[in-house]
Amino acid sequence: MRRTDVLVIGAGPAGITAATAAAEHGRKVIVLDDNPAAGGQIWRGDTVETKDSSKHAEDAPRRKALERLRLSGAEVLPGRSVFSVDASGSLQAIRENTSGSQVEEFLFEKLILATGARERFLPFPGWTLPGVFGAGGLQALVRGGYRIAGKRVVVAGTGPLLLAVAAHLVEDGAYVSAVVEQASLAQLAPFAVSMWSNPGKLLQGAGYRAKLWKSAYRIGCWVVEASASPDGLRSVKLTDGTSTWTEHCDLLACGYHLVPNTEIASLLGCAFRGPFVQVDSDQRTSVPNVFCAGEPTGIAGLEAALVQGEIAGLACAGRDVASLQKRAAAERSFGERLEKAFALREELRAVPREDTLVCRCEDVRLGSLRGHTSWTDAKLQTRCGMGPCQGRICGPAVEHLLGWKPISVRQPLFPVPLQAFGSDAGQTEITESTEITEITERTELQEKR
Amino acid sequence: MPEHLSVTINDVPVCVARGTTVAAAMLLAEQPSRFSVGGEPRSALCGMGICFECRAMVNGVPHRRTCQIVCEPDMTVATNP
Repeated sequence: MRRTDVLVIGAGPAGITAATAAAEHGRKVIVLDDNPAAGGQIWRGDTVETKDSSKHAEDAPRRKALERLRLSGAEVLPGRSVFSVDASGSLQAIRENTSGSQVEEFLFEKLILATGARERFLPFPGWTLPGVFGAGGLQALVRGGYRIAGKRVVVAGTGPLLLAVAAHLVEDGAYVSAVVEQASLAQLAPFAVSMWSNPGKLLQGAGYRAKLWKSAYRIGCWVVEASASPDGLRSVKLTDGTSTWTEHCDLLACGYHLVPNTEIASLLGCAFRGPFVQVDSDQRTSVPNVFCAGEPTGIAGLEAALVQGEIAGLACAGRDVASLQKRAAAERSFGERLEKAFALREELRAVPREDTLVCRCEDVRLGSLRGHTSWTDAKLQTRCGMGPCQGRICGPAVEHLLGWKPISVRQPLFPVPLQAFGSDAGQTEITESTEITEITERTELQEKR
Repeated sequence: MPEHLSVTINDVPVCVARGTTVAAAMLLAEQPSRFSVGGEPRSALCGMGICFECRAMVNGVPHRRTCQIVCEPDMTVATNP
């Protein structure tokens, strides 16, 4: 058991600035992250050492922030997945290593949720084929050593991430034949115009476009199907709503903007504003001593996360944050414009067929969800959302396709092998299938109550 | 050039750069990470530990999220049945 003044969940940009600010003002700080290294998603570093260690534009600010975090004295513990938390000041995480898993407990005075966001996935025929990835998903895997030089890639979906991902894939040697954005020109134009007031972001966007001079940028188009041959992914069928055409590719990277990771906030009973955690100007949630920064409070990107994290860290340390409020407000308004510009079009609901899988964990097809009236009903009858991802992937898809709002989350937030709770955890051989079945059975029982 | 190490994926030795995640190694070896409830081959989707599609057997332990694990020398990896 470890005790700390400030516990930060998530070592992405928001968590890094939060931890740095609190630690620089004398607080004892521990940061937990479920990835193998700090940085989060947008600041994910290459895990494989390369000759050119600063090949990406964001490498320099990331290294600088991580160095400042290190000097602040905050302790970063990667490889920890938080599965249980209590607002009274305790939290449990599972640490997995090559020989097994262990449960670790932390006690805190103040908690900062910097849990970031994940991609939204919308089902289409073929989306479960190997060779189909999330957009950020493929980028993360490339950062983890997956080599894609010479591969023909289509990047599709929606959101500002698509251009960034495509540009990175080109830097890594891929041929990105097309970037396919579902938002219409009518949606995107006002957003582009509003960006004139933000030269930094505009230049970043222009930089991505310059790297993509060989790629077609198709606005108002979307994926309707992916097809494979025995050798792997072969092609993707695209449409603009009027005509349909086929684009050959080895890989498809497809994600529909981001959804916030709010499971821990839900568990703590934090108040929400729509899908986002409600915070005041000091990043305080409705639960005493719990703060939240970055994407869970509204999808607004890197700069918003950095300033909100700093505010949360300073507020935890009892410092004044007034000087940061103007910057924070500007970034919040950027987030609101993003949401409008990349709103999902109606036609995407008609993309999956009745036999298209919606829940990848339990292989539940769209057709078998029809006729159910709610999540609870569908879960009991079909097991949709009851696999190891606990509805994190199919939840946002079902919300878009069928309009069902997510239901309350329960602990454990991640599958935890029972052996991990034992004193000899780590040495125990985990037997086949215990892990997954235990959690799903437990959830099922809770559902039925 | 980065340093390399050897891991075994579905009984075949594979040489990967040090720092490569197990999920990336499985993609390089063109091996699915798992078979779904309905028997479909699957590989990593989200790359960040959320979707559980990359779960595979690592050193005999099933259901490990391979995108969150970095390859170690002589590691044994197998598609989750």
